[in-house]
Amino acid sequence: MSPVQTMPPRGYHLSKDELGADILEVAMGPHHPSTHGVFRMDLKLDGETVVDLKPVFGYLHRNHEKIAEDISYPMSMPFTDRLDYLCGMTNNWAYALSAEKLIEIEVPERAEYLRVIVGELTRLVNHCLLIGFFINDLGALGTPLLYALREREKILDLFEVLSGARMMVNYIRFGGVRCDLPEGWLGECQRIVDAFPAFLDEYETLLTENEIIIARAQNVGVVTREEAIDFSLTGPMLRASGVNYDIRKVDRYGIYDRFDFKIPIGGHGDCYDRFMVRMLEMRESVKILKQAIRDLPDGNIMGKAPKIFRPAPGEAYGRIEAPKGELGFYLISDGTPIPYRFKVRPPSFVNLTALRHMCLGHKVADAVIILGSIDIVLGEVDR
Amino acid sequence: MSLLAKGILKGMAVTAKNFFQSYYRKERLPTVQYPEEKSTITPFTRNFPFLLYDGDDAVDGMRCTACTLCERACPPQCIYIIKDKDEKGKPILRPRIFDIDTSVCMSCQLCVEVCPYEAIRMDSAFELSNENRFEGLLINRGDLLKSNDYYHALNPVEARETDDRIAAKNALAEAKKKARQKKTRLAAAKAKRPPSRLKKSPPAREKPPQPEKSE
Amino acid sequence: MPQRETGPIGDPTAITIETTIGYMGAIDHQGVIRRFPELEWDDFSGSLILSPERVDEVVSWLKEDPAYRLDYLSCVSGVDYLEKEEKTRVRNEAGKMVVKTSLSPEKMEVVYHFYSMEKKTGPFILKQRVHSRENPVVTSLTPHYRGAELMEREVYDLFGIHFTGHPDLRRILMWEAFQHHPMRKDYVPPNDYEYEPTPHGDVLQRARERREELEGQSP
Repeated sequence: MSPVQTMPPRGYHLSKDELGADILEVAMGPHHPSTHGVFRMDLKLDGETVVDLKPVFGYLHRNHEKIAEDISYPMSMPFTDRLDYLCGMTNNWAYALSAEKLIEIEVPERAEYLRVIVGELTRLVNHCLLIGFFINDLGALGTPLLYALREREKILDLFEVLSGARMMVNYIRFGGVRCDLPEGWLGECQRIVDAFPAFLDEYETLLTENEIIIARAQNVGVVTREEAIDFSLTGPMLRASGVNYDIRKVDRYGIYDRFDFKIPIGGHGDCYDRFMVRMLEMRESVKILKQAIRDLPDGNIMGKAPKIFRPAPGEAYGRIEAPKGELGFYLISDGTPIPYRFKVRPPSFVNLTALRHMCLGHKVADAVIILGSIDIVLGEVDR
Repeated sequence: MSLLAKGILKGMAVTAKNFFQSYYRKERLPTVQYPEEKSTITPFTRNFPFLLYDGDDAVDGMRCTACTLCERACPPQCIYIIKDKDEKGKPILRPRIFDIDTSVCMSCQLCVEVCPYEAIRMDSAFELSNENRFEGLLINRGDLLKSNDYYHALNPVEARETDDRIAAKNALAEAKKKARQKKTRLAAAKAKRPPSRLKKSPPAREKPPQPEKSE
Repeated sequence: MPQRETGPIGDPTAITIETTIGYMGAIDHQGVIRRFPELEWDDFSGSLILSPERVDEVVSWLKEDPAYRLDYLSCVSGVDYLEKEEKTRVRNEAGKMVVKTSLSPEKMEVVYHFYSMEKKTGPFILKQRVHSRENPVVTSLTPHYRGAELMEREVYDLFGIHFTGHPDLRRILMWEAFQHHPMRKDYVPPNDYEYEPTPHGDVLQRARERREELEGQSP
């Protein structure tokens, strides 16, 4: 027998005794560029394989709920922008929806349409950014991300004209929206929405058939249908695992029952399906936007909201389909203008529960893209 | 993985298209080289609040009446108001101190919404860096006061609407005042005649004194 | 779930598009009340109130029963109620309205919002209630719903409610050495004000006190 050591065949797993090495513990983060904020993963590695993972966060914790329990209901509205700072509009909407359940306010037709328009634009903004960063995590540094940011920028400009700010919009109010559309806004919005599918086509040509992306993302981080429900996953994460559940269809909050749109459902529950579900969801959002812009009625933008918001004792849980999943607000009122309990159910916080399960057995580089496919925003995870 | 890597080549074509078109198509390269050229600011952009005054004199034409509605509505509590007094200690309806702490202000515009006197508006000036971290970021009344012309230059549409609203409000107040004067004149004319029966008017309710704030 | 074919790349769009989702229906509360008549049902908030001992039995029934199938746990929140005087207007024997003062005892609640993804119904609200603020202990739902893991850790961290049966009960948002539970109603924030450029007298005053305190400590 030749004493020369040959390379082990493919698929051969060196045990740690053969290597003479022990389990390596790595703290990945909190300032790692691919953790999307100040997020830390305490990894235990056997070679390059993840054998244990603990998500550690709280670096951005400012106790939003405690702050909200000290101030009146309308004053919390600008703070909700800072939860998921990429989609201020949907955060506002979820909070307004819960508050409108506490105190019966009828929202006028036009305000409902405006909410749908800004909400779906927010979905485009969020998915654009997420897909860009997901590709960035895969190793395509810069170029595809900047194409996505370029499109997002146009929608943010729309938000700036409408609400005065690009991200901290503070636009939706209890019983309606803050201001009506400025002159020419709808035409500009129509132009951007009409041009959006061309960007999606280009992006799909760029990425969806790319062999590297397929090799990296397929069969990585698989969550089966049953596991997805068990882990309380929501949003694109859940639908990529093949569960037919979208709160826009199920709850029909607002006026979503008037629009004709479909729900993309993944077949495998891996990172690639999560990516594709979001791409297809953007196309459906464009469809909703076109219908909403076409049907936008005239009329009031504010319902009859009371001057001082003082709900009767009671509780309400309102939830919407935010771009990241189910965003819920649980409010308990004790009859004063200040909420007794203000609880946020953040989608990306709950989706993080499945992170350990998804990463076990994969390589470190895969853990990065699995985290990217969850779509976390630390402002929302830590609150 | 297929050896041909067709998908990658397709992607490369897209990248090449973007690269070459960025030389002559604006929507392919929307970047603005910031310090040299500035991107356009919309009239609706909001950054930090400012106070409005009418006429030429900033202090006399101040619209703010120091009602402290904005101070109470401000979520991060960045507004600080102390009412003004004349020499005799009688309160005047205007603030002596009106501070906004821009290091705390979150530009939420709630102060603008609650103001019943249209006295506070959002500015869109953004290059506000300062060498002094503490006092430099605290904007006091003198720096906050801007004329109505400034507001007109900032956001002409909204400024015109505001002016119309104020004019309508003033006209309404004027009409009410006239009606009241007419009423008192009539009453006075009536009083000259011998009164048919004595009417006891309720005593005027005294206003509770406003609690004073320490500085 | 089908395993994806490896090897040469096949069709990348293995995505179906669904249009039909049933509309959310309400949950028949009467069935739960009939099944567990001894449990307290709160009509005011529409929720089932449980003591921690019965949780395993009730939750596994709700999850498995074919009429309910509450397979999705949406939200876990803690609520803290201090001891408080409540004034209610009641009619006494003579038929007069009088204000009756009653003392509502201190209690802590963990509120669970359930939905059913299979039957598209919901929400069902379940509250675990304990009458102790000193050492509240409730039963964890993580063995039934793995999604509860982080949410229950958050409740433990911010409210100090212990969950028996939770696999990994540690602080999650606050750091390990932190002593208190900040979402409790009687939590007093520590006086660690730094000098801020704020015009507010009280914040400035507290900042000064803090600075003096620090200077007093240092030799």
